[in-house]
Amino acid sequence: MSTIEASPEVGHDEHGHDHDHPPFLAHHFDTPEQQFDSGKLGIWLFLVTEVLFFSGMFCAYAIFRALRPEVFEGCSQFLNTKLGAINTGVLLFSSLTMAWAVRCSQLEQHKGLVGTLAATLSCAMIFLGVKAIEYSHKWAMGLLPAGLFFYDPNNPHPTDHPNYLLFICIPFLIALAGVVIWLVLSLLTANRFHIAIAMPLTVVCLCFFVGVGLGAFLESGEESAEHLDGHADSDGLAGAAIVQSAESNAIAENAAAVAASGAMVPVDESVLEILSTDPTNSGVASGLSALEQQTAAAGTSTITGDGEVLGGITTTEVDVLTPTTAGVFFSIYYCMTGIHAIHILAGIGVLVWLLVRAVRRDFNRQYFGPVDYVGLYWHLVDLIWIYLFPLLYLIR
Amino acid sequence: MTDTKHASSVSTEEVLYMSSGSLPSGSQVRDPGYPTPSENYLTNSKGILSWIFTLDHKRIGVMYLVGVTVAFGVAGLLALLIRLHLFQPSGMVFQGEEANNWYNQVFTLHGAIMVFLFIIPSVPAALGNFLVPVMLGAKDVAFPRLNLCSFYLWVFGALFFVSALCASGLDTGWTFYTPYSTTTDSSVILATSGAFILGFSSIFTGLNFIVTINTMRPPGMTWFRMPLFLWATYATSIIQVLATPVLGITLLLLIAERTMHIGIFDPEYNGDPVTFQHFFWFYSHPAVYIMILPAFGIISDLISVHSHKRIFGYRFIAYSSIAIALLGFLVWGHHMFTAGMSSLTTIIFSALTFTVSVPSAIKVFNWLATMYKGSISLTTPMCYALSFIFLFTIGGLTGLHLGTLATDMHLHDTYFVVAHFHYVMVGGTLVAFLGGVFHWWPKMFGRMYSEFGGRLSALLVFAGFNLTFLPQFVLGSRGMPRRYATYDPEFAALHQMSTYGSMLLGFGLLVALTVLLRSVGAFSFLGLARGKRAPANPWGGATLEWQCTSPPPFYNFERAPSVGDPYDFSDLEWEAEDERYVIVEPEREIVPEELPESAPAHAEDSV
Amino acid sequence: MSAHAHSDDGHGKDGHDFAHPMSVQTLLAVFFALTFLTVITVAQASFDFGAFEVATVMFIATVKAVLVMAFFMHMIADKPFNAIIFIGSFVFVGLFVIFTLGDSMMTSGSFEPRVEELAPAVAEPMEVQVDGAP
Repeated sequence: MSTIEASPEVGHDEHGHDHDHPPFLAHHFDTPEQQFDSGKLGIWLFLVTEVLFFSGMFCAYAIFRALRPEVFEGCSQFLNTKLGAINTGVLLFSSLTMAWAVRCSQLEQHKGLVGTLAATLSCAMIFLGVKAIEYSHKWAMGLLPAGLFFYDPNNPHPTDHPNYLLFICIPFLIALAGVVIWLVLSLLTANRFHIAIAMPLTVVCLCFFVGVGLGAFLESGEESAEHLDGHADSDGLAGAAIVQSAESNAIAENAAAVAASGAMVPVDESVLEILSTDPTNSGVASGLSALEQQTAAAGTSTITGDGEVLGGITTTEVDVLTPTTAGVFFSIYYCMTGIHAIHILAGIGVLVWLLVRAVRRDFNRQYFGPVDYVGLYWHLVDLIWIYLFPLLYLIR
Repeated sequence: MTDTKHASSVSTEEVLYMSSGSLPSGSQVRDPGYPTPSENYLTNSKGILSWIFTLDHKRIGVMYLVGVTVAFGVAGLLALLIRLHLFQPSGMVFQGEEANNWYNQVFTLHGAIMVFLFIIPSVPAALGNFLVPVMLGAKDVAFPRLNLCSFYLWVFGALFFVSALCASGLDTGWTFYTPYSTTTDSSVILATSGAFILGFSSIFTGLNFIVTINTMRPPGMTWFRMPLFLWATYATSIIQVLATPVLGITLLLLIAERTMHIGIFDPEYNGDPVTFQHFFWFYSHPAVYIMILPAFGIISDLISVHSHKRIFGYRFIAYSSIAIALLGFLVWGHHMFTAGMSSLTTIIFSALTFTVSVPSAIKVFNWLATMYKGSISLTTPMCYALSFIFLFTIGGLTGLHLGTLATDMHLHDTYFVVAHFHYVMVGGTLVAFLGGVFHWWPKMFGRMYSEFGGRLSALLVFAGFNLTFLPQFVLGSRGMPRRYATYDPEFAALHQMSTYGSMLLGFGLLVALTVLLRSVGAFSFLGLARGKRAPANPWGGATLEWQCTSPPPFYNFERAPSVGDPYDFSDLEWEAEDERYVIVEPEREIVPEELPESAPAHAEDSV
Repeated sequence: MSAHAHSDDGHGKDGHDFAHPMSVQTLLAVFFALTFLTVITVAQASFDFGAFEVATVMFIATVKAVLVMAFFMHMIADKPFNAIIFIGSFVFVGLFVIFTLGDSMMTSGSFEPRVEELAPAVAEPMEVQVDGAP
């Protein structure tokens, strides 16, 4: 065999492809195609783990929906279908722009790539803005996971709650301020690279507030529609202060109607009490006492002014609107949409990274893998929402 | 470790020379020789930072090896504490008011650390990281950064466990069953966060291996030329990728259950504890195969190499690994026969459980058939491999009692279960892990260890293990429940046997550690000489890792290696003077014999 | 940019086959199909299909998912192995959900049951709940 120099550097160079080993090709791959195939298989496997990760929550959903369908039907009415539908549309559009971005990177259309990535990011932000409206609204009404649930149909809008929407918006406000400062600084120093990044990012951050506005508008739109039906009082000033009006009664009327329909399946607590008198049946007894305690806790925590303790929740409504029933629905709702939202946030993170690299023109037809991989991830997030939307928002 | 290794004059080039002595005459010998310090992956770059930020799969493997050994040491000491406490019926170690609480915390942490920090990453992450690319003939794993990330996630997860230990302990058992885990005051959230992070570490390792094996095989390395260790690793990785995310969501929901009372698992809020057990075991039963499948892979290689005989039924062993990985997803319910599942479900799961025994038995029979009429060298790795076959067979067969619905009703939550899974996890995985470490130690660190010490450790571990856990089968079948800090005096004799055995087992493991550390010069300050330099192929293995130097150069292979049958030992010969195996090839004429003219022939014509 | 030019020299002929750009028409067509299906799925919620309701929405969602997977995720142009592992993961999801849901349905009597199920539960002996630890 041939003589080989001992120096590892030389040995390394003798792999025979370093002279045409482009900088984007990692040293342990032979060809760009091998690198791309490896990354692609890797990201598909990652998506498999994501599917199984979400399967746990879909399984929990299936179990509780099968056990208590009437709870899901009732509680689904608290979710605003319009907001869900608009978010579905936004995500679908972001999927389109993402797929388009992959095409741009494959064809080396660098400006198009930056544009489509920025559009995808903007849609993600709009989605989160709408979600912020949904979440803050429900938190204010006490539609929370079982342990924190305090919704009271007689007092659906307690006023002594913090401004949740503001809390959610603060991080995005900070991000917006930071990006704007960055943009101004880079404009002052005339750094074209930084301008090219900060400009789209400013738009992206603004889009969160577009989403908030959109969500608030849709909430208030629903409300004013109900005003026409004569269902509600007239304290909602639609259009004047959209964010505030979003927090008013619209959903509450839905809720009341649902609560009434839920009463068609009354719970006779006396049956439970009979069961619990059996000394062997300690599980039912303790369960019943726990139930009473929670009902009492829920009652006291919400009804502050009325002086009633248990009167706020009648026995007929126990079935649908207690922590152990509606609370579980909202637990599942928050787990599913919350973890989905975390995935959106993570997607925003990697998309920003892609945007920077796209501005730097890192990608070419030999090396578009990262755009493709992030695209696949983004489509999966979309795919999960495609199932979440009908399962949570469209139960009749 | 071996950073101070002195340079040898022999470079990495493949030395071809005329054979002499014991080798057949008229043949050529191929051997990669020894690496120079600048090639040796252990010494080619220096300083602590070159380890912390390394992307070299071999160094990451070594760091994992150190990490899992430390975790095993900690959890092993906890196990000895448990056994010491059980030396007396009323408890010997923990005294006073909080005695039972202490006992609960100790066995929980023993289980949790052993499972999440040791067994799951032991073979795949430590040995697998080192071996998969080398065995495959690749330069590295497909995603070296992800690989390093996986190691630091492991460290991070371990820190969470340590912080749980330091905060208020953990007393739920490693399974975190609700509703107790939602009500106890111990640091469940810290521990579950740790397990969640470790899950990601495990997923990344598995994902990396699948991609590496799929896309990085060099020319000639077909699926059926892969060593069986790679098949086992591949099967393990499938489970890691498919099952671990479910653990992730389960633990996440458990954390949410504790913080927000989401009411999915907590019966106080209409949740269902049996659902938690379904979620948990959907991961954790396949995780049992994450623990044992790589051990099967190690044993397949060890048996074949040290019997110097082609593995019997290569394809059956390869396919049975995949079959176990897939069937493993169908049997999780056998952990829950008494938990309140419906009777129909228990019957289905019981029936499905028996299907797993088929591929497992295929493996054992094939190993036995491989040894039959082989020329067995009773080296240390082979001693461990034989001990594995013996112990795993007991562990597997007692699993049948537990998979049977009727007997499990009696044996559930007794010491019979404890003994069964220790026979599989310790007698199986740990023993195979040790065998693998002894087998590949010369390759990893370039030093031979004391064969006597190694065999002695194998013997001590075997004897100590059986003395510890055989009595527990008897204890369990007589009704001793697991997880109790005290017991009836009638069980005292068997418990004491078990405690003595655990001491012997611990001593045997200490001997193994000493032998290995001595070989790399850890005790040179005591005047104990380190082991002699390891040749490239000390055992006569035909897989690719034996075709590069010991330790391998940091780039593994100069050029894509020539891939042959991984279990064809016909061209391997023992060379007595250098105490090594070499590849012997018939002498070939190298054409052209003469160097070509420096000037082209037509240049002369034109003159 | 120099890298890019460099790669063109090195792999200009043999390396660029693995990019399969999806045409703009296809992407737009898929997007409009998805939007249309979303409208349908929202619209159908106003009608009462009874027991078929879940099946209907899941069917529409699955059609949408298939569209996204096939075109946006380039599955039709991708290596079959990638598609197999991704689709294969749903087999395991199915196993998990079917076993767990099935068992939960069969034992739901044991957990805060609906009213109509309470009466038979009284007659039957309670399912034995084995709690190992004291």
